[in-house]
Amino acid sequence: MNYFVNEKGYYGDFGGAYIPEMLYPNVEELRQNYLKIINDADFQKEFHALLKDYVGRPSPLYLAKRLSKKYNAHIFLKREDLNHTGAHKINNTIGQILLAEKLGKKRIIAETGAGQHGVATATVCALRGLECVIYMGEVDIQRQAPNVARMKMLGATVISAVSGSKTLKDATNEAMRDWINNPVDTHYIIGSVVGPHPYPDMVSIFQSVISEETKKQLMEQTGSDQPDYVLACVGGGSNAMGMFYHFIGDENVKLIAVEAAGKGVSSGFSAATTFLGKEGVLHGSRSILMQTADGQVVEPHSVSAGLDYPGIGPQHAHLFKTTRAQYASITDEESLEAGLLCTQMEGIIPAIESAHALAYLEKMEFTGNENVVVCLSGRGDKDMQTYMNYFGF
Amino acid sequence: MNRIDLLFKEKKNNILSIYYTAGYPGLGDTVAIAEALQESGADMLEIGFPYSDPVADGPVIQATSKQALDNGMDLNLLFEQLKQLRKKVTIPVLLMGYVNPVLQYGVENFCKACADAGIDGCIVPDLPMYEYEELYQGVFLKYGLRNIFLVTPQTSDERIRKIDGLSDGFIYLLSASATTGKNLNVSDVTTTYFSRVAAMELKNPTLIGFGISSKETFEKACKYANGGIIGTAFVKAVAKGDLKENISSFMKMFR
Repeated sequence: MNYFVNEKGYYGDFGGAYIPEMLYPNVEELRQNYLKIINDADFQKEFHALLKDYVGRPSPLYLAKRLSKKYNAHIFLKREDLNHTGAHKINNTIGQILLAEKLGKKRIIAETGAGQHGVATATVCALRGLECVIYMGEVDIQRQAPNVARMKMLGATVISAVSGSKTLKDATNEAMRDWINNPVDTHYIIGSVVGPHPYPDMVSIFQSVISEETKKQLMEQTGSDQPDYVLACVGGGSNAMGMFYHFIGDENVKLIAVEAAGKGVSSGFSAATTFLGKEGVLHGSRSILMQTADGQVVEPHSVSAGLDYPGIGPQHAHLFKTTRAQYASITDEESLEAGLLCTQMEGIIPAIESAHALAYLEKMEFTGNENVVVCLSGRGDKDMQTYMNYFGF
Repeated sequence: MNRIDLLFKEKKNNILSIYYTAGYPGLGDTVAIAEALQESGADMLEIGFPYSDPVADGPVIQATSKQALDNGMDLNLLFEQLKQLRKKVTIPVLLMGYVNPVLQYGVENFCKACADAGIDGCIVPDLPMYEYEELYQGVFLKYGLRNIFLVTPQTSDERIRKIDGLSDGFIYLLSASATTGKNLNVSDVTTTYFSRVAAMELKNPTLIGFGISSKETFEKACKYANGGIIGTAFVKAVAKGDLKENISSFMKMFR
């Protein structure tokens, strides 16, 4: 079974480039060049130097002893929260900004939900001196004021997306419209493993550093690079794709992707795409998305803005359909409780996104010997208001 | 004979095609707008079926799409309305919209419903050429539907040739790489591009769209192609007030 992209841009039934002709030249330019640029030795050297000296990689693989004792397994946390800007998002934006420079682009656009990808994009634009425009839903701008201020301080222009539901999906639409209207000098840094081919492949390659490091670290710490389980949360799915990437071929490693159930899968306020979605096309690729019988995209809900997306990347859809990875879901409340637990047992405040992956440990049964890796995709500083409101700190 | 083919056989220039969104401004206005447009001299109609995430559209058509969805428009209702429409309207009618609603309806079901309702062709901007050729062309042909592709100033000659080979009906030339509703700025770049396409002597006729809002811009389109397509300017004109009066006075600009 091939779990990676084929020469037509598909993962089994999913993927492709469902884009209007106006975007064809931009996407085609990327498609023809991305592998050549990424595989170039100088590019690799510069990319890895920045990951090391600027981002602070490799991120630690930490054996969480008290959580391990509680769950009766060896729980390892892959500490993406310790990266510069506080999440895994920067791995991708460093890669894409270098690629944009190679393509001669002068202007960068990006979408953002909670603002993490927007901050990571504004950061690399400041680092390389490129113009930066971030699209963010009007609703998200109001609820994520500190990240909006960070982006502005970094020199980015933040444009409010006022169409549709005024959240991440609409910010993505607005960024695509910007790209249609600026076809020559602009590169669009998509923040997840979504979008038309080659974006899902390109983003997963940049994020694959997570599993590449994890394998080495596991070998050093356990004597084997094959854990029993690998867990990660999924919105669009970029941290999960990075965390799974080098384990996909290891069929004895169980991959578990955790979606946001919101107020409950059947509550009408959920973002559990594989439970509620059907096959279709969103933001340029064929995948699984939440939609009405008439094919209109449904607005999702999750307490975590980073998981509040009505689709998943096409490679996730393929891993789901082939059952190579298992897709589970965790409610808002379960994730917040897991976030508190991790904080008080390990001294690590996780992002609420990452807390969804941690929460799934409660639902698993272990015999004491299993090695389990959980991707701690980001830190919880940005979520303090939500934690405060819920726990009354 | 397909009505699009017939139109281009009988008329070589000054063709005026009008886009409007089904279910806008009122849910039941779809048929009345078509009749009024035919009466006032439109040669062809492009009826948009609404979608929640229309990425190729500017704010005006996005708003009509949202309004139509809020009004309760969906493909089942539209096909019912189209059957009524065809009792009175004889000019070619195309459906225009995004691929996801078509996939949910089922491509074969969609094409069959189009044929039953007297639809002559479709414009699905986010259905790529590769997927159309591999998966859908057979179904479109089976039901006698013309699939219309877009070409932009950035489209290479090689790709235009390929599109021409795969197309029937006509080719939709975008005046700029832009979302709908941008003003047509006829600069040296656009005229060079229009002339470049004209010089290619394609087998299909061409219509120019995006940014045509006045007699002047329509005449420019007619100079370089077989005619023009008006969308945003038209839906703006019917947003408020008496539908028939608005359509008649709008069309007087061009006819």
